[in-house]
Amino acid sequence: MNDMTPTREQREAALEGMGCKRKRVEDIRFTQGKGQYVDDLKLPGMVFGDFVRSPYAHAKITKIDATEALKIPGVIAVLTAEDLKGVNLAWMPTLAGDVQMVLADGKVLYQNQEVAFVVAENRYIADDAIQVVEVEYEELPVLTDPFKSMDPDAPVLRPDLEGKTEGAHGPRKHHNHIFTWEVGDKDETAKAFSEADVTIKELISYHRTHPSPLETCQCVASMDKVTGELSVWGTFQAPHVIRTVASLLSTIPEHKIHVIAPDIGGGFGNKVGAYPGYICAIVATIVTGVPVKWVEDRMENLSTTSFARDYHMTAEIAAKNDGTVTGLKVHVLADHGGFDACADPSKWPAGFFNIVTGSYDFPAAHLAVDGVYTNKAPGGVAYRCSFRVTEAAYCIERAMDILAQKLGMDPADLRMKNFVKPEQFPYQSALGWEYDSGDYHTAMQKAMDTLGYRELRAEQKAKQEAFQRGETREIMGIGISFFTEIVGAGPSKNCDILGVAMFDSAEIRVHPTGSVISRMGTKSQGQGHETTWAQIIATEIGIPAADIMVEEGNTDTAPYGLGTYGSRSTPVAGAAIALAARKIRNKAQMIAAHMLEVSEYDLEWDIDGFQVKGNPQARKSMKEIAWAAYHAPPPGMEPGLEAVSYYDPPNMTYPFGAYFCVMDIDVDTGVAKTRRFYALDDCGTRINPMIIEGQVHGGLTEAFAIAMGQEIRYDEMGNVLGASFMDFFLPTAVETPHWETDYTVTPSPHHPIGAKGVGESPNVGGVPAFSNAVNDAFQFLGSTHIQMPHDAWRIWQAAKDLGAHG
Amino acid sequence: MSEIEQVPVSMTVNGKKVQRFVEPRTLLIHFLREELNLTGPHIGCETSHCGACTVEVDGMSVKSCTLFAVQANGAELTTIEGMANADGTLSALQEGFRQMHGLQCGFCTPGMILRAHTLLKETPNPTEEEIRMGISGNLCRCTGYQNIVKAIQYAAAKLNGTDFQEAAE
Ligand code: FES
Ligand code: FES
Repeated sequence: MNDMTPTREQREAALEGMGCKRKRVEDIRFTQGKGQYVDDLKLPGMVFGDFVRSPYAHAKITKIDATEALKIPGVIAVLTAEDLKGVNLAWMPTLAGDVQMVLADGKVLYQNQEVAFVVAENRYIADDAIQVVEVEYEELPVLTDPFKSMDPDAPVLRPDLEGKTEGAHGPRKHHNHIFTWEVGDKDETAKAFSEADVTIKELISYHRTHPSPLETCQCVASMDKVTGELSVWGTFQAPHVIRTVASLLSTIPEHKIHVIAPDIGGGFGNKVGAYPGYICAIVATIVTGVPVKWVEDRMENLSTTSFARDYHMTAEIAAKNDGTVTGLKVHVLADHGGFDACADPSKWPAGFFNIVTGSYDFPAAHLAVDGVYTNKAPGGVAYRCSFRVTEAAYCIERAMDILAQKLGMDPADLRMKNFVKPEQFPYQSALGWEYDSGDYHTAMQKAMDTLGYRELRAEQKAKQEAFQRGETREIMGIGISFFTEIVGAGPSKNCDILGVAMFDSAEIRVHPTGSVISRMGTKSQGQGHETTWAQIIATEIGIPAADIMVEEGNTDTAPYGLGTYGSRSTPVAGAAIALAARKIRNKAQMIAAHMLEVSEYDLEWDIDGFQVKGNPQARKSMKEIAWAAYHAPPPGMEPGLEAVSYYDPPNMTYPFGAYFCVMDIDVDTGVAKTRRFYALDDCGTRINPMIIEGQVHGGLTEAFAIAMGQEIRYDEMGNVLGASFMDFFLPTAVETPHWETDYTVTPSPHHPIGAKGVGESPNVGGVPAFSNAVNDAFQFLGSTHIQMPHDAWRIWQAAKDLGAHG
Repeated sequence: MSEIEQVPVSMTVNGKKVQRFVEPRTLLIHFLREELNLTGPHIGCETSHCGACTVEVDGMSVKSCTLFAVQANGAELTTIEGMANADGTLSALQEGFRQMHGLQCGFCTPGMILRAHTLLKETPNPTEEEIRMGISGNLCRCTGYQNIVKAIQYAAAKLNGTDFQEAAE
C-alpha cells in the first residue's frame, strides 16, 4: 500500500456520517442573510391581505360595512363570511374533528378572532382599511374559566352544535363539552386505591402558553387562472398535509396545487395547523387573480394562531408505605378555547397523554380527559411536544414529588424504587403503550453522581436550618425530572391525520458521478435536516455527506410525508432514509459483484464500497459503482441507482432523560436563580452530537420560559393579556441559565439505526425540573404544590402565603 | 383618505448609495426589505423587542423597525448582506456562528450577527457577561444563547489574533 492510500479511519472521517459533529450546511446561507423565508418572497403584482379582528371575546355580529374601506385607493377587496359561503369556506374542519370559522359567521368566540379579510396593494394600505371597516357587535356573556364551562347556566358558545349530543370522540354531556376520553382499568385502579397504605391527590395545572417562533405564520398564495393551478408558499411544518387539505376544501385537484414550505423561522408546533389566514389568502388569490401575501404580526400570532397546554390535571397516586406505587388516577379538564383545533393524530383527542404513567411501573392506572369550550383562542397544539406528552410528564413528575413528600422519602430514591427495570423492556404500560427500550437506573445514577446529589441535599438541609435560625433569607431547591417521552407518530394502526396514515418517506438518487440528491416528506424549521439526513445516507451508502443534497418542503418534488413535529422526523423519516439507502446499497452490491466477477455473497461492505471477502484489494467504491450503474449495469438489471422508501413504524420510540435543576430563591423578592441545570438525555443512537446539544439547549430555554413566567392569560372579559413581546416572557441571554448536557445511549430495538428523536425531550423534561425545584425549595415551609408559572411575583406571593415573610 | 405624498430619501447601504421616494411613514425595515430587496434583516415583532431587524446605522446598532426610513436619510448602513469578507468568504462572526452552532432556524441570525458586529467594535474583548448583556436586545427562540455566546467569543478571539478557548462544560 502506498502512503497516499487513505486509512480506514480517514475514509470513515471523510464521510462525515452518523456520530460526527458535522457543521451545518444551512448555515452558509443563513449567516449571510440568504435564507429564503416566506416573507422574502415577492411575486409580480403581489398584493397584501390583513384581518379585521374582534375586540370582543364573545359577541354577536349584527353588521359589517366595508364601504369606507373600499373607498381607499389601493384597497382591492374586503372578504367576509358571506363571501366565503359562496365557495363553501366560511367554516373549515379542524384536525381534531371539530369545525372552525374562517371568518366570523354571525358571532365571535374569542378576542382577535378573524372578522373580515382586507386585500390591498400593500401592508400599509391594508392597515388603513382595517381601521375603517365598520363592524357592529352585540356583546354576549363571556366564559373564560374552564371549570365553569359545564355549569348548567353557562353561556352557549357554539350554537352551531346545538342538539349534537355526539361529537367526533363520543357523547357530549353539555353544550360546552367537546369529548370525554377514557383509558385504563377503572375497577383495578379503584381497588389499588382502596388497598393503598398512602394516597395523594393534587390539582396540577399546566397554564396556557404559546410556541411563538421568531417568525410568525405567513403565506403567499397565487392562482394561475390560465392553467388553473394554485401555488402556496407557507410556513408549513406539514406541507403535504396542507396540500391535501387545500385540495379537499377547494376542490382543485391535488396535482394542480403546489405547496412549498421554504426556509422556516422556527415552528415548535405553531406551524402544523391550517389557519384562517391561509384560507383567506387562497380565496383572495382565486377571486382577484393576483398573488396574495398574508403575514401575521406578533400580536395576532400570540393571540390567535394556536396556543398550547391549558390542562388542569387532578392526579392521585396510591402507594405502599415502602414507596412502591400501586395505582395512578388522573382526571384532566382540557380548555380548548372556542373551537377544538388541537393538532393531534385524529384518533387521539388528548394526544398521547396516556404516557402519564411516565417512567414508573404502575400496575394499575385510569385516565379520563374532558375537553371543554371557552371564549379563548382555539388550538391546543403540541408546543415542542409530542401531543400532550409535556403535560403528562409534568403531571407525573410533580405528583411523584408530592408522594415522596408525603412518605418522607427522598424523591430520587422514590423514583429509583419505582422505575421500570431494564429487564422489563419491551414494557407494557397500564395505559396501553409498549415502551421499546430503556435503562432508567443507569441514567439516574449517572446524573446523581455527576451532580453530587447527596451533598446537595446536605447543603439544602443546612440552608433550611440557617433560614429557620434567621441567618439567611435564601432557600434552595433541587428539582428532579425523570421523563419518558413517546415520539415518532406513528404506526398506521393507531395514527392518522384526517385519514392519512402517519408514515414518512425518503427518496434517494445517486447520480453517475457519485453525488446524491435526496428528498424527504419532512420539513426542517431549524433542526438541521439538510445536515443530518445527509449524515445517515453517508454512513449507509459510503458517499461523503458533502456530496449529498437534501431537499424538503416542495410537495411537487418531495415524496409524500406527514411533516415535522412531535419529534417524528428521526423516528419515522430517519428510518425511511436508512431503508431507502439500504435498497441502494443492495443494488450496488449486485453491480459490484458483476464488476468484480464474483458472487454478491462473496462481497462485504467496507465503509465506502464493497470488497471481496478475504481480499480487500479487490474492491469497488460507491463512486465507481454509481458510474457503472449508469454506464454498464449487469445484464438484465435496470440501469440507475435510485430508491424510495415509505416507512410505517412498527412502534413509537421512547426517549428518556434525567434532568436536575439546582435553584436558589430569595424569599423576600421571589427571585429564583438557577445555579445549575444538568440534562442527561437518552435518545438512542446519536446522529449529530453538536445538533443534539443545540436542540437540548433550545428546548431547555423554552422550558425555562414556560416554567418561570411565559403565559397567555385572559381577564374575565376575555381580553387576552400578554399578547406582545412586552408582556410575554421570552428569556434573553441574560436570564437564560447555563446548560450542562450529558447522555447515555439505549438504542431503539425497532428503528433501523436505533435512533429515537430528541428535539422535544428538553421541553418535556425541563418544565418539571424547574417547577419541582421551586416546589422543593418551599416544601420545608409546609407547601405541597405551587402552581406554575413561577415568576418572581408568584414566588413572592407563595412565600408570603406560607408565612415566610415573617 | 387621500394618497400620501412620497418624499425622497437617500443613504449608503453596504457601501452603495441608494435613493428612493417613500411615504414618510415607511419603516426602515420595510424600506430595506421591500424597496432594496435586502431580505436578510427579518421581522419578528415590529415592536422593537426581538432584534431580528437589527442593522448598523452610523456605527450604532439599530432595530430597523423602530426607525422610519426618512430618519436614516444620509446615514451609512450595514446589513447582514454587507458582512461577508470582500472576497466573499465568511467573516469572523459568520464563521463563529457556524463553527459554534450559534444558529438553528436562522431567523434571528442576521440581527444577532449585526448586533455582535457592533458590540465587538464597542468592546473588542468582551467577557461572557458583557456578551450576554450586549445581545440582550436580540431574542433567539432556538439556541438558548449558549452557543451564540461562544460564537461571539470565537469571533472576538479571531479578530484579536488570540486563541479561542472553549470553556469547559
Ligand atoms: S422586528 Fe424589529 S425588533 Fe422585532
Ligand atoms: S436560530 Fe431560530 S430564532 Fe435564533
